[in-house]
Amino acid sequence: MPLYGTALLAVCHLLGILFGELLGRALGVQANVGGVGIAMLLLIAARFYGHQRGWLEAKSEEGVNYWAALYIPVVIAMAMQQNVLKALSGGPMALAAAITTVAACACCVSFINRREVVAPAETSAK
Amino acid sequence: MESLLQKLAVENGLVLSFAVVGLVVLFSGYISRKLTVGRVQGSAIAILIGLALAYVGGRMTGGNKGLADVTYFSGLALMGGNMLRDFAIVATAFEVQPSEAKRAGWIGALALLIGTFLPFIIGVSIAYAFGYRDAVSLTTIGAGTVTYIVGPVTGTAIGASSEVITLAIAVGVFKAILVMVTTPMLAKFMHLSTPRSAMVFGGLAGTVSGVSAGLAATDRKLVPYGALVATFHTGLGCLLCPSLLYFAVRALFPAHV
Repeated sequence: MPLYGTALLAVCHLLGILFGELLGRALGVQANVGGVGIAMLLLIAARFYGHQRGWLEAKSEEGVNYWAALYIPVVIAMAMQQNVLKALSGGPMALAAAITTVAACACCVSFINRREVVAPAETSAK
Repeated sequence: MESLLQKLAVENGLVLSFAVVGLVVLFSGYISRKLTVGRVQGSAIAILIGLALAYVGGRMTGGNKGLADVTYFSGLALMGGNMLRDFAIVATAFEVQPSEAKRAGWIGALALLIGTFLPFIIGVSIAYAFGYRDAVSLTTIGAGTVTYIVGPVTGTAIGASSEVITLAIAVGVFKAILVMVTTPMLAKFMHLSTPRSAMVFGGLAGTVSGVSAGLAATDRKLVPYGALVATFHTGLGCLLCPSLLYFAVRALFPAHV
């Protein structure tokens, strides 16, 4: 039943957020530390063991896949409620800081990823 | 009649949002195929339209939730809010190949660290260039450059003024929007094509909203990998900015220069 999948997703989500909160408190941080990431790891593990032990049916997986498919529409709804006005109100300083950061990070990503793709081919080239 | 429609819209807010977003996606797909011959992804156009609508909504209401502040579209706050966004992100974990994620784990962690330090340093430098000299303001603006949640959390923790906190949020929100918009354009330059590259991107670009929307507009398959790393970003920033990084800034800029 698809509901089992959605319920499994919900349990992983809640546990992940809970662990993230606890981790934040343990570190003395006023924020959730990686709750969603922990939830994702839990779900990955649940899927792995579910397949191995055979208690996760394809029908149940539909209950997760549907929500994964809703991801893009949800992100679009998220875009619709961004505080765009506020972002533009920050003036030249906000603009300069954001643009410089994004540009620098993009270069950094490009630098790291370039090495990844090139690495295996490089051995034969050199 | 109008009150009837308004009642219908408010009482069925979430359902109406599904219909509204569906229409936007349909329209974006049409533009993508007809006007850009499929060159610009439909979801990238949909996100741009969403941001434009958010601007209009903000202008109309003066609120801070974009289109969701317009009574008719209040359901968007639920559909695009943190709860459903995180729920959908977690669901995408089903598509993760554990071997891929494990292989790139360490580089993802490294990207996270660079993704915290680099924006912070840039934020502090630019704040300095714009005349800020006290460690608290510099740190808060630097933290805002990491993500728009780290900014106010840090600012509150170290006692920044509300104007500086507002500015830090503005920097963070602007960065998130910039990541959403520019990721598909920069995808080739950033070699964004493998699970590992998405994890590097997730660590460096930060903000869950920016990364999730940016990857959605680029390649849906990469979303879970980027999100897996990016979700640690805010936590790490909130850990480092008010502590280690604040002390570093305070050492560099002692009070009352």
